[in-house]
Amino acid sequence: MFPAFCRSSAALRVKYGTSVLANSRLASTLVFLESSKDGKIAQSSMSALTAAAQLGFPIAALLAGSSASKAAEELKKTGGSALLQQIYVANNEAYDHYFAENVTPLALELLKEPEYTHFVVASSAVGKSILPRMGALLDFQPICDITKIVDSATFVRPIYAGNALATVKCLQDKKLISIRASSFPAAAASEATNAAISEAPQSSQVSELTVKWEGENLVKSARPDLGSASKVISGGRGLKNKETFDNLVTPLADSLGAAIGATRAAVDSGFCDNSLQIGQTGKVVAPDLYIGLGISGAIQHLAGMKDSKVIVAINNDQEAPIFQVADYGLVGDLNEIVPELTEKLSQNK
Amino acid sequence: MSKALRILVPVKRVIDYAIKPRINKAGTGVEKTGVKFSMNPFDDIAVEEAVRIRESHKKLVENIHAVSIGPAKAQDILRTALAKGADTCTLIDAKEAELEPLAVAKLLKQVVTKQNANLVILGKQSIDDDCNNTGQMLAGMLNWPQATNAAKVEVDESSMTAKVTREIDGGEETVSAPLPLVITTDLRLNQPRYATLPNLMKAKKKPMEKLTLADFADVSTEPRLEVLKLEEPPTRSAGEKVATVDELIEKLKAVKAI
Repeated sequence: MFPAFCRSSAALRVKYGTSVLANSRLASTLVFLESSKDGKIAQSSMSALTAAAQLGFPIAALLAGSSASKAAEELKKTGGSALLQQIYVANNEAYDHYFAENVTPLALELLKEPEYTHFVVASSAVGKSILPRMGALLDFQPICDITKIVDSATFVRPIYAGNALATVKCLQDKKLISIRASSFPAAAASEATNAAISEAPQSSQVSELTVKWEGENLVKSARPDLGSASKVISGGRGLKNKETFDNLVTPLADSLGAAIGATRAAVDSGFCDNSLQIGQTGKVVAPDLYIGLGISGAIQHLAGMKDSKVIVAINNDQEAPIFQVADYGLVGDLNEIVPELTEKLSQNK
Repeated sequence: MSKALRILVPVKRVIDYAIKPRINKAGTGVEKTGVKFSMNPFDDIAVEEAVRIRESHKKLVENIHAVSIGPAKAQDILRTALAKGADTCTLIDAKEAELEPLAVAKLLKQVVTKQNANLVILGKQSIDDDCNNTGQMLAGMLNWPQATNAAKVEVDESSMTAKVTREIDGGEETVSAPLPLVITTDLRLNQPRYATLPNLMKAKKKPMEKLTLADFADVSTEPRLEVLKLEEPPTRSAGEKVATVDELIEKLKAVKAI
């Protein structure tokens, strides 16, 4: 299996050859994909696959957890990237909650292979939890939350809440990268790939750390996933209370088929769940349309949405900083404007 | 093993969260002269959580030790941590060097060993480099379990385990792990207290150990990533204000946003 894989890497090297390849005889990328219990691969992971493809090397995907085989079959059917050549599955319920203590040794086992010069993961909660731990064990500094690949060793990542873009060059043998999902489109389903599915090599060091999973409390919603939605309606402190939030934001989101987001102020005041928070410390979104209701536009919130294509702000304070980044601003009372907007948009359908 | 908690809280001095950083003319870094600095907000939450653990487990907590690695001025934020309830602290003077999380984690590992700490509480990320790395790296180096993005922490004295509710993408999950443990804090974990003036005065008398990078000769702090340049993100052109909902809908249709 490996020789075949290596030969095809050589062929691809000719096709995608870059100067960086000169000193890495056989380069390929390992990408870690998250999947849900029903075997569906996370949107953010599909963005990671896109980023991996941009590196131009052959790709091996790693799927872990009790639904790994199912997810592998799905991935094989849809492909997602012509460079995808190998799918490793680690079918073991020990990986079900992607505990860093367990996933790290698994991924490191594959990364032992010198041909894996790049490791890519989405900077989701899971990615953020495992990548640095891997870095520590390999004695490598990862490059986190990148928004752009310049070449196979140079990347752009936002710092200071997105107020500066740093171009960094990685001087290490292996590049451990997490990607900001909103900056890379999710790999689209293409034709079936002939990538081989095989068992991931057993990790030699089994974690003895006994982290126990006690339960979860997930926000159930029929809405599009906030991180990848094409439209986002977001509410802030200006909505005053949970009732107004629910009465104004939800119908407007329904009329547009949009995801719902919020500012930290809205979350802290209990208007909605914390997982909906957009900003430096919450989710980063870049939808086609972002509508902010009663949001002032603090640095930390802007960090999470200023790459949206079209920004609309509705606020009664015409001095609110959000109007400096909004393409269209409407000053006025939310309680009058939002129902009118919702009604007119619903009629439009 | 006698039951005792020795908590280590690493804190970082960063440009105040309310300040919009400016990139220097050479495009090599962020302007730091004459800019207000304060404790990284997530670290403030970490200090608060350590103090709250002591308040709810009076006999259990033996010591809360704060540590900061940075310029000499980082002692200001260590004093703040002491005023909020830390007992002792260490300043590792790194001059103006901006250390990567990997180097910081290596230094912290040594401090953990020296302090014989069995619980490390860190902020989940610093608001300057936005890495979200150090806690996980430290846990990896120590081969300790990690509970990142904590929104709730409960320590069980009898079993010496911690139950941590973590923020995850779709909501939250609860895990439990035995000590020793590394926890990183999310914003929702607590509301940090203010340091009162009497406490600030008392903090001046609390011990501060001063070390330099030279005291950690076996730790390489060479950067692994070379920052080629810093740039301003593309600015958005100022938009327009519309007067009515109809006008807004028209405009959005014109740009095919709806």
